Amino acid sequence: MDFNLGNFVANLKYMGVGLLGVFMIIGIIIASTYAIAKLTAPKNNNK
Amino acid sequence: MQDLLDLFSSITELNFKMVIMWIIGGVLIYLAIKKEMEPTLLLPIGFGAILMNFPGVVTVVDGVKHFGGIAEPLNELYHAGIANELFPLLLFIGIGAMIDFGPLLNNPKLMLFGAAAQFGIFFTLCAASVFFPDIKDAASISIIGAADGPTSIVVANALGSNYIGAITVAAYSYMALVPIIQPPVIRLLTTKSERLIRMPYEQKSVSRLTKILFPIVISIVACIFAPSAGSLIGFLMFGNLIRECGVLDSISETAQKVLANLVTIFLGITIAFNMHFTQFLALETLLIMGLGLVAFIFDTAGGVLFAKLYNVIMKLLGKPLINPMIGAAGISAFPMSGRIVHKMAQEEDRGNFLLMHSIGVNVSGQIASVIAGALVLGFFS
Repeated sequence: MDFNLGNFVANLKYMGVGLLGVFMIIGIIIASTYAIAKLTAPKNNNK
Repeated sequence: MQDLLDLFSSITELNFKMVIMWIIGGVLIYLAIKKEMEPTLLLPIGFGAILMNFPGVVTVVDGVKHFGGIAEPLNELYHAGIANELFPLLLFIGIGAMIDFGPLLNNPKLMLFGAAAQFGIFFTLCAASVFFPDIKDAASISIIGAADGPTSIVVANALGSNYIGAITVAAYSYMALVPIIQPPVIRLLTTKSERLIRMPYEQKSVSRLTKILFPIVISIVACIFAPSAGSLIGFLMFGNLIRECGVLDSISETAQKVLANLVTIFLGITIAFNMHFTQFLALETLLIMGLGLVAFIFDTAGGVLFAKLYNVIMKLLGKPLINPMIGAAGISAFPMSGRIVHKMAQEEDRGNFLLMHSIGVNVSGQIASVIAGALVLGFFS
């Protein structure tokens, strides 16, 4: 075990890249979900 | 006489550290039975912790560990189910079969709050690196913030962490403590008027085809963009596909109950394999418990603060605001977190029903936490 405050700052890049990565993948999933919902929406057959 | 003494020789090998581990095991059993805190996991872990700490169970000769007593079968189970990540993955089939993604499909943008609530993982990664020079250990500890036991086990194991026992105990303990940890953080970060914001729930019809395609498409997206999440997301979504396909009802029920229970029994007792006093009784264990709490607090804060930021943007656009408390449900810890947010809203205003929104965020947290775990694996494996 160690105590090195410098490591906190040094590893902030993982926080930035990690959160950006999560948001990007979730963004793609959201877009895909909207696309699925649009493609599979029940057609309005009212005539 | 000598033979008789030999028969009881192990008594002389007992030491106080073993007794401390029995007490820890006893506390876990107490919490499981009396407080009903994650009893399916904490009870077998607690009992296993007691059995693992007797003379002759783990002996080290010339730097090589030898296993006796309960450690012998647990060593086999460990290599058959945890070292190769099989148990957590099988458990994910059961979890997937339990989850209804309906509220999420009704409002997919809720997934953003699930993403924001992974902030605690990455904050804890930085915080843990202050104390643990091996970044793989720090990364394994940070995944306690996934608020999802199987993900914690898979990541800690894949990164070869020496602290898998403490990490698993912390993950499951804090999941059970979500009703105690989250409310003060939510109250601290929100005003009363924010907590009173009502969110009407508009039930849109989600077709069966949508529910069937959802797990398939999510698996494909995860395998393309976060390959390390392929197994976890794949098994989770496989369980969900069994649930939603409509032609495998009995298998779905088996996955939700029998499979999940069976795997949980073996998972819990096998985790105890890592709870020998030589591994567990260390300052590092206390630190891991502390860092786990930090992860849960910052997960909650990340979700709530992101929801507040979302409201600032919505206000500028002149669109309806959301209740920022729902951001806290992105922590995963399904379904406790979603229920807590709903309960808090009800305490402020009996007519405020946030359950469907908070559960939608909660299931998105399940997906986002696996993705966060996969990204951490991608960074360091």
